[in-house]
Amino acid sequence: MLIDVHAHFFPERSPRSDWREYNASRLAAGERVGITVHVTSTLGTFGLMSPTYFPSPDDVVYGNDFTIGLQRRHATRIRGYACVNPNYQDHARTEIARGQAAGLIGVKLAASRRADDPLLDSVCETAARYGLPILQHIWQGRRREWPGQEASDGAELCRLAARHPKVSFILAHIGGGGDWRHTLAVVPPHANVYLDLSGSGADGGMLEACVAAVGAGRLLWGCDITMDTGWGKLRYLEHLLSVPDLELVRWKNAARIFPPGSFPTD
Amino acid sequence: MRIDVNVFLGGYPFSKVPGTTAQDVLAAMDRAAIDAAWVTHLPGLFWRDPPAGNAWLYETCRQFPRLHPVPAVHPGLASWPEVLREAVQRGAPAVRCDPGYFALAPAGPEMVALARAAGAAGRPVLTAVRLEDARQRHPNDVAPELPAAAVRALIRSGPDVRLIVTHADRGFIEEVHFGSTPDEARRVRWDISWIWGPPEEHLATLLRTIGPDRFVFGTGQPLRLPEVAIAKLDLLDISPDERTAIESGNASAARGGRG
Repeated sequence: MLIDVHAHFFPERSPRSDWREYNASRLAAGERVGITVHVTSTLGTFGLMSPTYFPSPDDVVYGNDFTIGLQRRHATRIRGYACVNPNYQDHARTEIARGQAAGLIGVKLAASRRADDPLLDSVCETAARYGLPILQHIWQGRRREWPGQEASDGAELCRLAARHPKVSFILAHIGGGGDWRHTLAVVPPHANVYLDLSGSGADGGMLEACVAAVGAGRLLWGCDITMDTGWGKLRYLEHLLSVPDLELVRWKNAARIFPPGSFPTD
Repeated sequence: MRIDVNVFLGGYPFSKVPGTTAQDVLAAMDRAAIDAAWVTHLPGLFWRDPPAGNAWLYETCRQFPRLHPVPAVHPGLASWPEVLREAVQRGAPAVRCDPGYFALAPAGPEMVALARAAGAAGRPVLTAVRLEDARQRHPNDVAPELPAAAVRALIRSGPDVRLIVTHADRGFIEEVHFGSTPDEARRVRWDISWIWGPPEEHLATLLRTIGPDRFVFGTGQPLRLPEVAIAKLDLLDISPDERTAIESGNASAARGGRG
């Protein structure tokens, strides 16, 4: 069993004319890697009608409809997060409820608002009500503003996590840009923060440092937009971890924090 | 046979990286089924006199025959022709120069002189676009990345010039390849360490549009996990001959100063 907790598929209404090929490539590569379930989120129209990290309410609905449709069409292979923009508080709560009713198994927060902003509290309370984990887009050790997103770093997510101890937070793509050491310095005491190992970064020493910081029990395997780095990291983990710890990272940690019944052998 | 053309020995000044000794790298090569590696002394790249690390590199490679030295040459130092001569005498498969780290203009007169001389000596110049993702570099690590325009300028600077460029992404490679004549383009080889696999399929696209003869196997270890480059190949649908070319044949051809 292998769960990719950080996947993306593209909808027709997006800037990519090759969206069908992209999605087919992800599924085919997943077969080769041995991915049992891709857990995906759709960030609106990925910039076509509103910014990827600031999706409009209409785009949020469109993207979540696409995710729900994917989950129905690939019932054994794809699960989804409900993506929300917390600047639209009522809409965000409604989308989480709608998504949960349609079978989505988590909440995706991109970068529409800083992670420790009070506006995220109602999103977290709604996620807690339904027992859904939250995947938060993170810039590791942000030292300045980056265009196109209101990026958060690990310290900001940990402040949010401390306010909502009953919610499991997935700190996105430790290899996805920025200084992962900054993140590893802050996350250890926050037991409800899990590290998603995805991202194009595959630095020597990064995985050892993640294990040392939070232990195998708080690591989640994923790819995001580079499956080659995901598979390479998985192969290295096979050397680094004991078999029971590797199983935690491959799927058992995910099965623990997502709602019961989310995955086939759960 | 799998040859990794993009390997370093020694510590990295901007972060603690495990596994940097020759023995560690050989163990990683065993783990990843890599038969041979072209290696550079990493600390030397940051020294005022980068070739000062070459003596250690040659001695280490003498002790461990699976490691092949790619010595640093700094064409801004007057002794560089002798450093190049020694590299040739010692059978180095390539020589290394990273103008950003050496504070040289990337296609300035020093780099052109080195590229021409190395080409005349039958050796490619190996150079990196970057060593780390720009988003994570140490605040004091401010050396500029190698620009694609510099690669185009260097390859145009002489008919014998040959380059092996590591850590380049799809956009960089396409800009150089299609911004060069066919003769120029066939004198550049690219390692696969920084090219994305599926679902973006950058590597598969480049192999289709540019051809597998331009690409060599490289990992960037120990700064990056070598398993990633192998995963890239395992995710491709290419013939065994094409895979062999990328894993070893193209590097062997480049080593001899051919095509």
